[in-house]
Amino acid sequence: MPDQVALVPFLVLAIAALGGAVMVVASRNVVHAAFWLLEVMMAVAGLFMLLSAGFLALVQVMVYAGAVSVLVLFTVMLTLRRREDAVRSLDLKWSAAGIAAAVLIAAFAAIASFAPELPKAPAATPGVEAFGVALFTSWALPFEIASVVLLVALVGAVWWAGGGDK
Amino acid sequence: MALAALLFAIGLFGALSKKSAVMVLMSLELMTNAVNLNLVAISRFVTPESMAGQFTAAFVMVVAAAEIGLGLALVLAVYRAHRTVELDHIDELKG
Repeated sequence: MPDQVALVPFLVLAIAALGGAVMVVASRNVVHAAFWLLEVMMAVAGLFMLLSAGFLALVQVMVYAGAVSVLVLFTVMLTLRRREDAVRSLDLKWSAAGIAAAVLIAAFAAIASFAPELPKAPAATPGVEAFGVALFTSWALPFEIASVVLLVALVGAVWWAGGGDK
Repeated sequence: MALAALLFAIGLFGALSKKSAVMVLMSLELMTNAVNLNLVAISRFVTPESMAGQFTAAFVMVVAAAEIGLGLALVLAVYRAHRTVELDHIDELKG
């Protein structure tokens, strides 16, 4: 894969994403973990840019880096009674590590089996304009369903989070 | 793709081992990001003209955003009822 995309930016972003992910799981403070999650999202957005998915990179920055991290921070701060509650034990379990390692080995086996069949990537790909045209023509029905899903989630979230006091 | 697999494994490990509900949700976000990265990467190499992976990734993002919003609202509701977000303390359904 890295022979088609620029190698040095790919390595930098990959290390940033992986290191951030490790820090999300490893940091003792929930607020620190939320900020490391933000860093992972930005790195993944950069990887989308490398894969010539500019629109997705934009959406990634807006939705994840903007909305989701703010939402996570809000919830963290609303559910902490004391400042010390943010710092917690590491909560590491060997059984979870075993399951994750098994999934990882299976994924690597799958990659090794079908990676040689991947065709070479063409130099040019359709841009944002083609993405938009296809989104509103052949992908219009999933688009509408997605908007309904978001509406239902919005109403449900408001109902769950705010309905109790009234 | 090895990168995405590693990211997914870290997220899965976090989701299974963390005790705070907020940390579990953040680990879930890590896993959806890994899946999205794989979708976009494979689509870049296999179907670059139709961009099918990019559309799928966009809809995965929609579902993930809905999921994190609902999940955090649920965490707030549970917190209001139990005054805790520790998953080990929320065991009312235990038989």
